[in-house]
Amino acid sequence: MQVVIGWVLRIGVIVSISIVFFGGIIFLYRHGHEVVDHRKFTGIPDFIQTFGGIIHGIFTFRGQAIIQFGIILLIATPILRVIFSTIGFVLERDKLYVFISLLVLFIIFISMISGHAG
Amino acid sequence: MSVLVFTLIILIGSYFAGLLGSLTGLGGGFVIIPLLTLLLHVDIHYAIGGSLVSVIATSSGSAAAYVREGITNIRLGMFLEIATTAGAMTGAILAVYIPTHYIAILLGAILIFSAVMSLRKKSEQIVKDNNQWAEKLKLNSSYPTAQGTVNYSVTKVGGGFVMMLFAGVLSGLLGVGSGALKVLAMDTIMRIPFKVSTTTSNFMIGVTAAASAVVYLQRGYIDPGISMPVVIGVLLGALSGSKILVHTQSSGWLRWVFAVVVAFLASQMIYNGIIGKI
Repeated sequence: MQVVIGWVLRIGVIVSISIVFFGGIIFLYRHGHEVVDHRKFTGIPDFIQTFGGIIHGIFTFRGQAIIQFGIILLIATPILRVIFSTIGFVLERDKLYVFISLLVLFIIFISMISGHAG
Repeated sequence: MSVLVFTLIILIGSYFAGLLGSLTGLGGGFVIIPLLTLLLHVDIHYAIGGSLVSVIATSSGSAAAYVREGITNIRLGMFLEIATTAGAMTGAILAVYIPTHYIAILLGAILIFSAVMSLRKKSEQIVKDNNQWAEKLKLNSSYPTAQGTVNYSVTKVGGGFVMMLFAGVLSGLLGVGSGALKVLAMDTIMRIPFKVSTTTSNFMIGVTAAASAVVYLQRGYIDPGISMPVVIGVLLGALSGSKILVHTQSSGWLRWVFAVVVAFLASQMIYNGIIGKI
């Protein structure tokens, strides 16, 4: 189980950072000479606000969409780690820790929903 | 400032933040937020989003190595993650309602606290005590050392849990790993050996940050143009830091340098928060 968790974390980070890096190059190539202004909070561009928008952005080769996709994968990595630990505890027949892992996943899920409402 | 210059400045700054963060064990997020807000005048919400993402990257990257060495107490981590994720969710929700200058002041205070914590002398402690909760939850464990496997037990499970809840709230509110608080909870309250508490804290930071990142992502706090250089820079810096750590043992003076830098940035954050510039 420890070996699997180690691999999940390592691969998750490598894959997501590579995608972020790739998207970053496209982003800089297309927008590198524009002027930045992040002084005021204005949220993020509309086309990467929804998951569908990000997927569409990837296919139309938009750097920011590719970066955001990589970042979502990165955020998913530790969550994936909890899912793999849950499977590990199921295999070890440790009911208490299956319950504890599911509870952690449930809290993250609630957090995801509360973000939508806010 | 053009996007290219802006990206390069963040990239270089994040690299050094990640380097120092891994050498001292404080984590890179600590310098990122002051760097973005004070130097580049980025809105603090974007800075928190970027820092949070970098925290996930570094903690997952280093946790991968520690978990395989068998030092991390996975059961203890899972159990305490109930507290840290619940806290992180609360913190992320609170972040919307708290005015930004209070967030800046609070961040400054936590930075100073963490800098002081990093200077503390670390001694290994092994406690053999029978806490009934620790036994029920199977938290007592062992870890490998040069002298062979060492068994240890965990005390004050309830107190540690409450402290973790608090660490989670701060992590969600400020976008830092709050590793210092997690180690404090495990070291001084639950009396866990230092090596185990540091690696287990690292193991938990990723999940804790993810629990609040899902909220920030939907609110638009995580901007690709800012997170991209931050996450790449911090991760590369942390990687070089871990390479240096293997070769040198004396990082004593480095801790002092970093503590002074962090304390200076922290006071700037507090000052700017008080006069309302952030």
